[in-house]
Amino acid sequence: MSDLNEQATDDKAAARDATYWAKAVSRLNVSEVPAGAAGINVSGKRLAGPIQGFGKMWQKTYQVAVPGSLVSPTDLVATWKQRFSEFWPAGNHFYAPLTGIEPGEVALIGMSLPGKMTLSTGVMVLYADEESFTLMTPQGHMFAGWITLSATTRGTDTVAQAQVLMRASDPVFEVALTLGGHRQEDKFWQATMTSLAETMGATGASVDTQVVCVDKRRQWSRWTNVWHSSAIRSTIYTMTTPFRPRRPRVPKA
Amino acid sequence: MTEATATFETRRQGSAGIVDIKGDVTSGSEDVLMSAYDAAGDSKAIVLNFSELSYMNSGGIGLLVTLLVRANRQSKQLMAFGLSDHYRQIFELTRLDEAVGIHDSEQSALRAAGVS
Repeated sequence: MSDLNEQATDDKAAARDATYWAKAVSRLNVSEVPAGAAGINVSGKRLAGPIQGFGKMWQKTYQVAVPGSLVSPTDLVATWKQRFSEFWPAGNHFYAPLTGIEPGEVALIGMSLPGKMTLSTGVMVLYADEESFTLMTPQGHMFAGWITLSATTRGTDTVAQAQVLMRASDPVFEVALTLGGHRQEDKFWQATMTSLAETMGATGASVDTQVVCVDKRRQWSRWTNVWHSSAIRSTIYTMTTPFRPRRPRVPKA
Repeated sequence: MTEATATFETRRQGSAGIVDIKGDVTSGSEDVLMSAYDAAGDSKAIVLNFSELSYMNSGGIGLLVTLLVRANRQSKQLMAFGLSDHYRQIFELTRLDEAVGIHDSEQSALRAAGVS
């Protein structure tokens, strides 16, 4: 009987492995570029985690509590996945994959920058289950790392959490993050979490922010990451747009 | 914080600390994993035994990065053995394999750590 139980447990674990994790990829592939998006900083890039980044390593946690009577953790995460881009502050675009947030899917991102510039980048869905999902960045993203969005029950509340484990990708982004980029990122996630809570019916919920420097050392051997910088490449892309022939695009989903 | 669903037992083998992992590793495992790391004391290498790992989610992978930073800070090597094919792929996908030495067996990991 215990052998049967063990087998059942193993089968369950194997099923979770196959369902929740992305399959191995060496480089990212963007099959369709929605109107308004650019896949230049994603297609053909490798994924880059906190180990591959340049700057100090940070763990940033943003939490917002919603009464559990309004929504359960699984329902909150389901809504978050379905309407992910709707919770982002204005001016930033998350072009969700056509199949939704599923393991292995790649989403393109357009982030508004000062000076009416748009930083084109993206993420891959590394992991997704009923109560959490994790996005991992490609080379050249402003930071190398992953973002885990999750929800749990705490007392009578459902607590939504966004946790970012990151290092600035290269020295240029490290300077940018130090000179206001971190503050801007905090505002971004605080606005996102507030919007998420409001959608769940909790207006005026406050966002708890915790920022921890996990490693204050910079990985100087990674300075060459600047070659992949999405900021530099996006700038060049924008400046050369008038000189490129127009190509038909897939309509935005 | 979510509840810990894994156990981590530490044993010493020469100058290495071997951490035997059982169960599901999630973000809720942080305290028990860090306690197991501390129990390895002044060992020069930490060897993670994943032979009896049932499951690990992305929160668990995040914990390993934090553990790696801690080990690097104390000039300790971090190694792993007993990973299933699936988790070997996850280590490759997340590029953890670039910083954590992956081995087929405990003996191989200990040899690489310079522990006979």
